[in-house]
Amino acid sequence: MPVSFFLVLSALLFSIGVYGVLARQHAVLVLLSVELMLNAANINLVAFAAMLGQAGVPGQVFALFIIAVAAAELGVGLAIVILIYRNRQSVDVDQMSLMKW
Amino acid sequence: MQSLIIVAEEIQGIEATRTGLFPDIMWLVPLLPALSFLAVLFFGKKLPGKGHSAGILAIAVAFLLSLAGFIDLVTGAETVEKSWMWFEFPGSLELTFGMNYDFLCGLMFLVVTFISLLVQIYSAGYMLDDERYTWFYAVLSLFTASMLFLVIADNLMMMLVGWEGVGVCSYLLIGHYWEEKTNSSAAIKAFITTRVGDVGFMFGIFALFIIAGTFNITEINHLAEDGGIGGIGLTIAALLLFCGAVGKSAQFPLYVWLPDAMAGPTPVSALIHAATMVVAGVYLVARTFPVFEFANGGFPLEVVGVVAAITMLVAALLALIQDDIKKVLAYSTISQLAYMFAGLAVGVFTAGIFHLFTHAFFKALLFLGAGSLIHAVHSNNMSDMGGMRKFMPATFKTYIIGSLALAGIPPLAGFFSKDEVLGGALRAGIDGTRATAWIVFGSALITAFLTALYTARMCIKTFWGDYRGHGQPHESPNSMTSPLWVLAGLTLVVGFLGFPVIGVFKYWIFTPGEVAHSFEPLYNVVLPAITVVAALGGFFLAYKWFYKGAWRFDFRATSFGWMYGFAERRYYLDDIYLGGVVKPVQYPLAAATYWANQHVLDGIVNGAAKGTLGAASGTYRADQGVVDFGVNGAAGLTGFSGGLLRHVQTGNVQRYAAMLFAGIAIFVAVFALV
Repeated sequence: MPVSFFLVLSALLFSIGVYGVLARQHAVLVLLSVELMLNAANINLVAFAAMLGQAGVPGQVFALFIIAVAAAELGVGLAIVILIYRNRQSVDVDQMSLMKW
Repeated sequence: MQSLIIVAEEIQGIEATRTGLFPDIMWLVPLLPALSFLAVLFFGKKLPGKGHSAGILAIAVAFLLSLAGFIDLVTGAETVEKSWMWFEFPGSLELTFGMNYDFLCGLMFLVVTFISLLVQIYSAGYMLDDERYTWFYAVLSLFTASMLFLVIADNLMMMLVGWEGVGVCSYLLIGHYWEEKTNSSAAIKAFITTRVGDVGFMFGIFALFIIAGTFNITEINHLAEDGGIGGIGLTIAALLLFCGAVGKSAQFPLYVWLPDAMAGPTPVSALIHAATMVVAGVYLVARTFPVFEFANGGFPLEVVGVVAAITMLVAALLALIQDDIKKVLAYSTISQLAYMFAGLAVGVFTAGIFHLFTHAFFKALLFLGAGSLIHAVHSNNMSDMGGMRKFMPATFKTYIIGSLALAGIPPLAGFFSKDEVLGGALRAGIDGTRATAWIVFGSALITAFLTALYTARMCIKTFWGDYRGHGQPHESPNSMTSPLWVLAGLTLVVGFLGFPVIGVFKYWIFTPGEVAHSFEPLYNVVLPAITVVAALGGFFLAYKWFYKGAWRFDFRATSFGWMYGFAERRYYLDDIYLGGVVKPVQYPLAAATYWANQHVLDGIVNGAAKGTLGAASGTYRADQGVVDFGVNGAAGLTGFSGGLLRHVQTGNVQRYAAMLFAGIAIFVAVFALV
């Protein structure tokens, strides 16, 4: 299979993730969309690693790193979301505009 | 006649054979009173005796040091002359700080420290009730320090410093009782009158510096001797120096300040206005003697001689008509100072200095005796005294000794010194070395007669007759009479130092430099006989007029009446100064100065103030307009742009993310397309 198939899949998945991050109101869905974007990147890395064979091993290692970082990030993100919910009884991202002048 | 003349030997000074121990440290002598001045000034009230202890102690040590130094010199120690750099100006102007300890300086040290010591001891009694007792001792110490500084100076600039120092102290002490207007006026008069001479002195120093290129007195003397400097410039310089001497030593026509200076406390009159400060002028001429002798063939000395001849006569006549006992002594001092100048002028240098030396003792004695009298009767006027010999035996005896010395009765101090001056004038007249010698001789002989006359008058009016004052006079305390006895004892013996031929004084004092002439006076037995007869004639006339006649003898009834009126107005000299100098200065000049002050100086000052104000307001506007505009503009611009940019910060996270992606998209598009 040519590598471009994987790249197209990855691009679609990333675009869906971007849409989710920018358009969704719910904070949990925003976090899930971020996961989609990360996994799109993972697909890219793994696809190129497979294409390069022995020389592509660092790509697989980076993919593993991204999975670990994504897990940690999601953990911290969900904790923040839970705390915000407890404080404000809402996880609507539009209403979280606290960091303004 | 010729056989009666004792031919003088060639005088040789004492040969220096070794380095002395004391001459090297003689700079301590002026330093000690200077330190005691500071100590008394700052801590005087806390010191024992309210300050007199420090003053007396310092001057006693200084006296012992002077004595040791002089004995060292006399026994063959080398004189010391050395100097240190003080200031050095670019070019050739150097000011040095030096000492010149030789016989003349050593002798002056002895006189100044000794008289100062006695006067300070005496003042402990005399000034006891004075409210400014401590201040009095402080200034007395400062005076002594200044005088010693003047004496030890090796250059004219240093001498000028001491010269002005003694002038200031004299001013302060004359005005000691400044609560009375006449006393402070007298102080101002003394200061200003001597200042007239001082201007001459200063220009003399400048003139000598211009022609000789140095302030050092020894170098100037050498240059004058070997012809390195000369001509009209040197003559002018010598005459200008003599101007200073005329002012300080109260010679005609600037003597008018000295009688008024008697407003000060009597011990001050004894120390400053009789024994020490007023001889500074004589000392100056003695120090720079080669300048006087070698300028234009001795022309300046002729001038000195004429001035001295006039002064001794007019002052002696004035002494004759005074009622204030201190003024009699003041005029007598002027007259005797003229004798010293006369001695220098006719070439008997040693005799002139010898008269300075003996006069210091007997005149200090007379002044302190007069102080004792004044202390007893609380009046300066002889018309309030009379018959005092019964009340004050110690004062009486010592005063008579001083008076006989002043009148020149052998074998007291004044006889020897006065006779040497007369003998010197006679020799100069016979040899023709000085054109004016006969004038000096004649004047000195008449003055010798007048001196005896006014001295006898003073003693008769004071000690004989009936007491005319108030209250019961009593003898003064021991602290006052003991200095009198010491001085009286010395007055009896110091004359023998200058005894003809065998006296040792001439080995001590000789002219500075190497070739300047000091003649031996003409010693014979006729001249002393003449002067003694003149003095006795004076005594006899005084006896006839003032003892046999009424104590209030009226000169106007005699054939000298026309002179009396003239002398009573003090030869109109004071009137001439007042009308010719003071008034024109006081009124038109003061008014002109006032006008100039109001219009010119104030205009300048006000103009400067206005200019400053204008410049300040200009600066203010520039500050407000330019600098503040820049600062405020920068701040405003920052605020304005910040206001625009803050709308970007919505706080909406998704909008931030959208911008992030948009940015990346733009970058990607740029990279992809370019």
